[in-house]
Amino acid sequence: MLHIVNKSPFDTGSLASVLRVAKKDGGAVLLIEDGVYAAVKNSATEASLKAAGMPVYVLQPDADARGLQSRLMEGVNMVDYGGFVDLVAGHDNVQSWL
Amino acid sequence: MSDDMDFEEGGTIKKFMFVNRKAPYGTIYALEGLEVVLISAAFDQDVSLAFVDDGVFQLVKGQKTDGVEMKNFSPTYRALEGYDIEKLYVDRESLEARGLTEDDLLVDVQVMSAAEMGDMMAQQDVVISF
Repeated sequence: MLHIVNKSPFDTGSLASVLRVAKKDGGAVLLIEDGVYAAVKNSATEASLKAAGMPVYVLQPDADARGLQSRLMEGVNMVDYGGFVDLVAGHDNVQSWL
Repeated sequence: MSDDMDFEEGGTIKKFMFVNRKAPYGTIYALEGLEVVLISAAFDQDVSLAFVDDGVFQLVKGQKTDGVEMKNFSPTYRALEGYDIEKLYVDRESLEARGLTEDDLLVDVQVMSAAEMGDMMAQQDVVISF
């Protein structure tokens, strides 16, 4: 399952819930909109993403808009809108954690 | 121009603080807050801006919004100086939790502790939160 998070981890518990609940086998996390802030290097959330046990993807246009181009942690995968579509198509199902 | 044209004279100057606690782009709060700050500049009041929690993300350098087709309003923070709005306060703990330092910010700010921020807030006549 692809888990999409669009809220800042500092503002809501969406990402924390994903990392707590999601089945890691076959799971993936896609950070979009304010969700991308979770992947900032040296942030309080970096460690939890490193320990996600699933691939973590970041939507590049949203990261760029927020000035995060060179401020993201190692180990996350950048995707564009086409990559977003591929992720959705490539998983059996999708959950948007609003 | 005669002195009696100066209708601001004798007017009360109040201390206004705008508290920004939301990230830019994900919601409209940051942009709307900035608009109100610019409007407030027309009233010759003692205006300051505080950036707390996700509000610190509003000031991150290098915002590039072409890909999301939204207006990049971050350069406006640099123009505030031209409106005599020079008191920009940033909460240190909020920066640190988000992996940011003062060098990541696009304007000169005063980085301060929570206690100092609390003191600043307590000194205000009016506090408006976005």
